[in-house]
Amino acid sequence: MEIEGQVRIPSGCAIAAAISREGCGMPGSIVSEAMRPMHERSNGLGGGFAGYGIYPEYRDFYALHMFFDCRDTRKTCEAFLKESFELVQSELIPTRKIPSITGEPIIWRYFVSPLPSVLKSLQLDEKEFVARTVMRINAGMDGAFVFSSGKNMGAFKAVGYPEDVGEFYCLEEYSGYAWTAHGRYPTNTPGWWGGAHPFTLLDWSVVHNGEISSYDANRRYMEMFGYKCTLQTDTEVITYMMDYLLRVQGLTLEEAASVIAAPFWSTIDCKTDTADREKHVFLRKMFPSLLVTGPFSIVLGFTGGLMALNDRLKLRSMVVGEKDDRVFIASEEAAIRVMEPDAENIWAPAGGQPVIIRVKEGAY
Amino acid sequence: MGIDFIYPEYEVRRDPIRCINCNACVKQCSHGVHQTDEKSGGLMADDSKCVNCQRCVSFCPTRAIKIVKSDCAPLGNMNWRQRTVHEIYKQAGTGGVLLSSMGSPKDMPVYWDRLLLNASQVTNPPIDPLREPMETRVFLGQRPERVQRKPDGSLDTSLPPMVELSMPVMFSAMSYGSISYNAHEALARASEELGILYNTGEGGLHEDLYRYGANTIVQVASGRFGVHERYLNAGAAIEIKMGQGAKPGIGGHLPGTKIVGDVSRTRMIPEGSDAISPAPHHDIYSIEDLRQLVLSIKEVTEYKKPVIVKVAAVHNIAAIASGIARSGADIIAIDGFRGGTGAAPTRIRDNVGIPIELALAAVDQRLRDEGIRGRVTLVAGGSIRSAADVVKAVALGADACYIATAAMLSMGCHLCHTCQTGRCAWGIATQDPELVKRLDPDMAAKRLVNLMTAWRHEIKELMGGMGINSVEALKGNRLMLRGIGLTQKELDILGVKHAGE
Repeated sequence: MEIEGQVRIPSGCAIAAAISREGCGMPGSIVSEAMRPMHERSNGLGGGFAGYGIYPEYRDFYALHMFFDCRDTRKTCEAFLKESFELVQSELIPTRKIPSITGEPIIWRYFVSPLPSVLKSLQLDEKEFVARTVMRINAGMDGAFVFSSGKNMGAFKAVGYPEDVGEFYCLEEYSGYAWTAHGRYPTNTPGWWGGAHPFTLLDWSVVHNGEISSYDANRRYMEMFGYKCTLQTDTEVITYMMDYLLRVQGLTLEEAASVIAAPFWSTIDCKTDTADREKHVFLRKMFPSLLVTGPFSIVLGFTGGLMALNDRLKLRSMVVGEKDDRVFIASEEAAIRVMEPDAENIWAPAGGQPVIIRVKEGAY
Repeated sequence: MGIDFIYPEYEVRRDPIRCINCNACVKQCSHGVHQTDEKSGGLMADDSKCVNCQRCVSFCPTRAIKIVKSDCAPLGNMNWRQRTVHEIYKQAGTGGVLLSSMGSPKDMPVYWDRLLLNASQVTNPPIDPLREPMETRVFLGQRPERVQRKPDGSLDTSLPPMVELSMPVMFSAMSYGSISYNAHEALARASEELGILYNTGEGGLHEDLYRYGANTIVQVASGRFGVHERYLNAGAAIEIKMGQGAKPGIGGHLPGTKIVGDVSRTRMIPEGSDAISPAPHHDIYSIEDLRQLVLSIKEVTEYKKPVIVKVAAVHNIAAIASGIARSGADIIAIDGFRGGTGAAPTRIRDNVGIPIELALAAVDQRLRDEGIRGRVTLVAGGSIRSAADVVKAVALGADACYIATAAMLSMGCHLCHTCQTGRCAWGIATQDPELVKRLDPDMAAKRLVNLMTAWRHEIKELMGGMGINSVEALKGNRLMLRGIGLTQKELDILGVKHAGE
């Protein structure tokens, strides 16, 4: 049977996220516990998390979380990295042996910084170089996979139920100001751990519930710009689209949301605010191939915040609630009640309406 | 008679019991097939003149007439087919080049019919176009590579000129001269009502049709007939015609008999003179010359209108399209080898060029490989026959489609393949005032609008089934396609998987 990446595997899912606007640390277990009442939304074939603010001691270094199939691959990859990066730390990611998670690859992390001389000779900025290195490893190095590559953040994922994956990665020992979680319900058996979510590139991470019908239009457009969709998953291409729109094109979060979940023309045509109408017309004319159709609810994680977004028809459930400085997002209210039984102002964002929560400046 | 005799291809069968001798067939036939026999007063038919345009059949009030294919023919075999044998007789008798019209009737692969579309089941929902918005609007033109911001940080929303279509279909080039004024007017009016564009072809634009300029593509071809500054500025876009799918590598020839009255004035050539378009543009012998013409046209239209470059689908189309994309052109139109024509040498029509499906797939992929697909828009033409063909073309990578034969059929064309005679009984491909009158522009425009409205409904249904609610998300979405009965090589070129994969 073909493994994920050689074949596209659609999946349904559950998502959850929590963030502290004050930048206060929360243990990763907050979101892994929240996945328990949504157990039925996953089928044990993938779970994962992303935490922000979890590596304050290495905040200036890119944290590369990697899967390796064997020791030799790790050695080869490490030699490759050393050619262009300074490696300040190299270690196994701590895990806990539990019966429900088996068959793990070598799970490693490096804290790295690109060598200035390399950047100078390639005439690339740091982020672009790191992104290209990730693409190169994931598309070209058999048995090696970078599943997280941002600063002061990291993804943790595995084949299993999300609450078990959280336990496996000892998430209660990490403290972050924002967490996202994902439980997967693929319609087929995923070949390996890379196919679990979240999907990340640089500081961006995406958890996603849905199956987008625009996938191949989006993928083929993104591949023009050097992004390689090695896993053929919606989440992967959405992550790259976000990186392209936000980092490469310099759009704001709101603008990027208006590209991928664009308002209908009938809505745009009725807008009386001329500047607003022109902006939306421009974004749709400029990026028609980045419109995402079909059901999705996503939470985009980035340094200093989260953005939740539904497809424009709202074909997937997603609710938001808050308590004090904390905001919670989940596929179901039950998950929010686990994170905070007294959560207030629970509401369901409309289709295409971005919900952006930022940590206050200086607190992350 | 004798050696050159070819038994008529069609026989006119008249049922004497049904026939009421009303003479409608005599009046309707523009080819002189039906006559009243002076002695008997009954109706006679000269089968040898019949082209099977079905005009008499359609207008016989008692359904007394039918046209059948003659069964009298040289025996032939699978190699020497009847048509081939007849062509040899014709050429042996005349020494001439064979002429044909409309698209090639040859039995070549139609890849549209070998592609199947997807639909949503369980893991994501189909969308009902009667209940949810379903968007078919597209924009054609060039897109900049980067978003720019104004000093205050707001988006610079200015873009190069683009044309807006309410649906991804346009009426392809058919010149005034090759088709009648009434046909042109119907296309113009239907385009205005539909919010799409029609194309003048290379015959210039009749004075009275300038008012439909916002829905007009004005064409500049190698003969430069009817091209002047006001003409270039009259349309919504300008098309440089480098080639045509039905006759790649050659120009055009509108016989002097059709260059009469307004056709002569609109083309800016004397009455009765043949309008001969050379095979090449004589100012374009290479890609850098094309760039100069593109930019010259942009200069004259003050960079306010997108420029389309239309080429025939030929072997090296991917590289050619890549060159055009870098020439400053905003839109590339590719015309496949099954595309129609008012007149073309038979051998060229039936043997030169490649199918639009393969050309489109190859060009779209090549432009993506080079990272410039976002810069230009792609229009595909050359036998787009239905809404399903449109959806498949968009999924392969087209931004929009050109249709012409389908538009003609909707106006009454019965595909008799004899446009080159100028005796079109349906008033479309003729300049005979008596025949032109037969095409009522009101009725023809209405039928064009009906056809496109029907297609738009079908496009929405097909997209909705796939869970897609905007044509933008269908463009280049090849996972929505599967091949059936195709070789691996064909699948590779089309960039689609086989059904079941």
